[in-house]
Amino acid sequence: MDFELLPNLVTFFPLVGVLILFFIKPENKVLIRWVSLLTALATFGISLVLLQQFDANNPALQMVTNLPWITVADWNISYYMGVDGLSILLILLTTFLTPISLLSTWSAIEEREKDFNIFFLMLEVGMLGVFMAQDLFLFYVFWEFTLVPMYFLIGIWGGPQRIYASIKFFLYTMAGSLLMLLAILWLGINQGTFAVPDLIALGGIPAGIQTWLFLAFAIAFAIKVPMWPLHSWLPDAHVQAPTAGSVILAGVLLKMGTYGFVRFNLPLFPEAAVKFAPMMAGLAVVGIIYGAIVSYYQRDIKKLVAYSSISHLGFVMLGLFALNSQGIQGGILQMINHGLSTGALFLLVGMIYEQTHTRNFDVYGGLWKIMPVYGTVMLVVTLSSMGLPGLNGFVGEFTILLGAWGAGMPGEVLGSYWYAGLSAIGVILAAIYMLYMYQKIFLGPEGSIVQTVKEHGHVLRDLSVREIITIVPLLVFIFWIGLYPKPFFALIAPTVDNLVKVLQAAMMH
Amino acid sequence: MNQADFQTLLPVIVLTVWAALLLIVDLFIDKEKKGITAILAAVGLALTMGISLSQTGQTSLGFSEMVVLDGFSTFVSILLLFSGLMGISIAYGYLKRMGIERGEYYSLILFSIVGMMLMTQAADLIVVFIALELLSIPLYVLAAFANTNASSEESGIKYFLLGAFSGSFVVYGIALVFGATGTTAIAGIAATAAAGTANVPLMLAGSALILVGFGFKVAAVPFQMWTPDVYQGAPTSVTAFMAAGAKIAGFAALMRVFSTAFPSIATDLTPVLAVLAALTMIVGNVAAIAQKNIKRMLAYSSIAHAGYILMAFVAFGNPALVDDAISAAIFYLVAYAVTNFGSWAIVISLEEKEGKGLALDDYAGLWRSNPLMAVAMAVFMLSLTGIPPTLGLIGKIYLFRVVVEGGFIWLAIIGVLTSLISAFYYLRLIVIMFMKDGEPKTTPEGWLDLTWGAMAIATVVFSFIPMSLFAWASEALMK
Repeated sequence: MDFELLPNLVTFFPLVGVLILFFIKPENKVLIRWVSLLTALATFGISLVLLQQFDANNPALQMVTNLPWITVADWNISYYMGVDGLSILLILLTTFLTPISLLSTWSAIEEREKDFNIFFLMLEVGMLGVFMAQDLFLFYVFWEFTLVPMYFLIGIWGGPQRIYASIKFFLYTMAGSLLMLLAILWLGINQGTFAVPDLIALGGIPAGIQTWLFLAFAIAFAIKVPMWPLHSWLPDAHVQAPTAGSVILAGVLLKMGTYGFVRFNLPLFPEAAVKFAPMMAGLAVVGIIYGAIVSYYQRDIKKLVAYSSISHLGFVMLGLFALNSQGIQGGILQMINHGLSTGALFLLVGMIYEQTHTRNFDVYGGLWKIMPVYGTVMLVVTLSSMGLPGLNGFVGEFTILLGAWGAGMPGEVLGSYWYAGLSAIGVILAAIYMLYMYQKIFLGPEGSIVQTVKEHGHVLRDLSVREIITIVPLLVFIFWIGLYPKPFFALIAPTVDNLVKVLQAAMMH
Repeated sequence: MNQADFQTLLPVIVLTVWAALLLIVDLFIDKEKKGITAILAAVGLALTMGISLSQTGQTSLGFSEMVVLDGFSTFVSILLLFSGLMGISIAYGYLKRMGIERGEYYSLILFSIVGMMLMTQAADLIVVFIALELLSIPLYVLAAFANTNASSEESGIKYFLLGAFSGSFVVYGIALVFGATGTTAIAGIAATAAAGTANVPLMLAGSALILVGFGFKVAAVPFQMWTPDVYQGAPTSVTAFMAAGAKIAGFAALMRVFSTAFPSIATDLTPVLAVLAALTMIVGNVAAIAQKNIKRMLAYSSIAHAGYILMAFVAFGNPALVDDAISAAIFYLVAYAVTNFGSWAIVISLEEKEGKGLALDDYAGLWRSNPLMAVAMAVFMLSLTGIPPTLGLIGKIYLFRVVVEGGFIWLAIIGVLTSLISAFYYLRLIVIMFMKDGEPKTTPEGWLDLTWGAMAIATVVFSFIPMSLFAWASEALMK
């Protein structure tokens, strides 16, 4: 019986905003916006206190809350929350991106704003719960719960194909998680507990069964990541979601999948993880190259960014399944990097879309002259996304490639340099498609869109103050991680080293 | 009749007397004031519930060991009485609105519940049969309650014919079991089988016929044909009561008879039950996809849920698991009853005369016109799918646990895959309510609104604190 207020406060604080919103009239839009923005900012503030209380040198779970929840008839389900090096950065990413996304909706969402904000804050609760939960059942509850608000966000405020996209998103994710549910039940019944740290300490799952359990968890997470070939829901969901939804979807929801791999698959089934590492890394490499090639052929900016996510998350997966310290650390940092860069990209796409109502970049061109600030910001984010040294993407990808190279040495888990070698091609391809898109939009002769906008009686304007406020925090971190990533790695490293020890023991077998 | 007999059957006796008196009293109640009859019926149910609650923890046998009182019967009786209360609260305004308000309605509900409660207490196959008839006959009448309306009459006659048909299966089964063991007492059958003096093939045949009979009652595939037509044709308040009450009673009898009388032939029956459960889940969920009428959709959904409950029951022959299986099944029945009444109450609220307002498309735009109702319906749909934070998820997990523990992984996988299918049609209703435009008319009505409101809150709140319900269900054991 432990209780620590802070993690619970972070997780459930957005509900305070939801409660207040219930009592505000839907017409009072200004108040609604401020209430939810301030709630999200306060949550971010509390999570900073959490960071300050967090002991980076301690690899174990910290600030643990562990209360019995369902304990009848041999059930051993507990309300078990805690923070460690694997989750601290993702928690901060969530609380950081939520207010930014909310701020971006002030001009984008005009209909039923109150309900939008309620769903959004509820989504934040679900996501934070996913990263905090240390009991498999509790995790499952949060994991499934995130589907509901996201489903509404896409289905109500999305683009023309929103209903199709939202149902596809829901069913795909649910298909995976149901198999995971059976695996969770199997673990709970046979190991007598649902608590993840206890299950890891207990160990002793026979290798044959580990295979099945690993697969059941892996399918659930691989759909969420998404890994090739389970990715087909992602372009639809991303393209149809409203901007803020895309930011959170790319920034945080996809990370729930990769996080699931590090949190559950690797430590719970280490032998199976070693066995499947070449396969998972192979799929990751396919995803990297496939995502990059498909991105190149997109004409819809949002779709391009969506497919580039498949490529970037391939890097994360490659790093994780290198099963060494560098790979996993790089993978976790790259989760954050992708959240920042892709989040920023979606925001920027949303900003131009609000003015032009098209995302087809064939009609764009020469925007640099008209929108120099926008062009500069976009350039930084584009370069960050393709991994230019000095910006955040490079740090993550480089560390991952180092890890994959190390794991590729003879006798190591991957046992071939091809993984690292081929995925390096993905970096080059990223430069091609990102720069191609940038060039199409900002350089060259003025595109037809400028004329179209004029015909509608508008003039393309540069970023507004609010938009700059939305994007600057992301830029700060893009530079910070790119130039001085040490404090970030310091948060992750001790826990990852602990995990690697477990994995190395499994490799000996 | 001595003290113990009286004690054992007290709730049933009280409710029977109350129902009979209500019939007479109703004669003197003015036609415009049938609300009084409804209230009197509800008082009777509440009183009986109080008696049942006071019997918690008691166990006894009565009437020459023909009836039994134990944790199981008490729990299920309370659940049935709750269903009765819900059935009355959603019927009151509805009957008036549809112009079919008559006092007998409430007495018939009470008599039907008497039969259901007797079913949960039966310790002898003869009592099982009497209870079956007692619960069914009022339901036949209720199904045809909107008479002069052809579809309601059709519903009544269909239900009656198939009900009588399935009843005869039960009788025939009982006769064969009697032939095999020389007794109709449930405990006696088990004892004879244990002693090895029973004629096993005959007993198997008998138990299979009984299974067929109850398969009809709980609407398990392939005995589900009547369900959509009867559910659609019957007045909606009757459908709601039938979907919960008759199902609960049917499963109660199935659990009682099979886990007490037939554990010795479980190895032969288990595969049959497993296939039945799998088929029921598949057919129910797949057929529901194609429905355009909400009553039919919910009818198929109720078939599917019978499959889930049956799934828990597959492990009834395993002595280490049978208690868990039974508590999982009744926990699920509680979750189902709560969700069921909530969703049917909303169906009633949108229903208009002559069967209008029942198409799925009539729910378009509900979120704009009545946001609270739309949210409540979404909660019920999510609960039926098994998505947190709802009671449906907890119930489903309890069921799946028993199935996984029993080693029927394949059945559990069918269970989760069909849940996925079910997500599709439950979500479609949510899509229609929240994402399409329309102007649905809802009838504001105190008791109805209270019912769906309270059920929605219960569905969510109990999912966070399922402990007390869990504890209660796990103590609902058979003697």
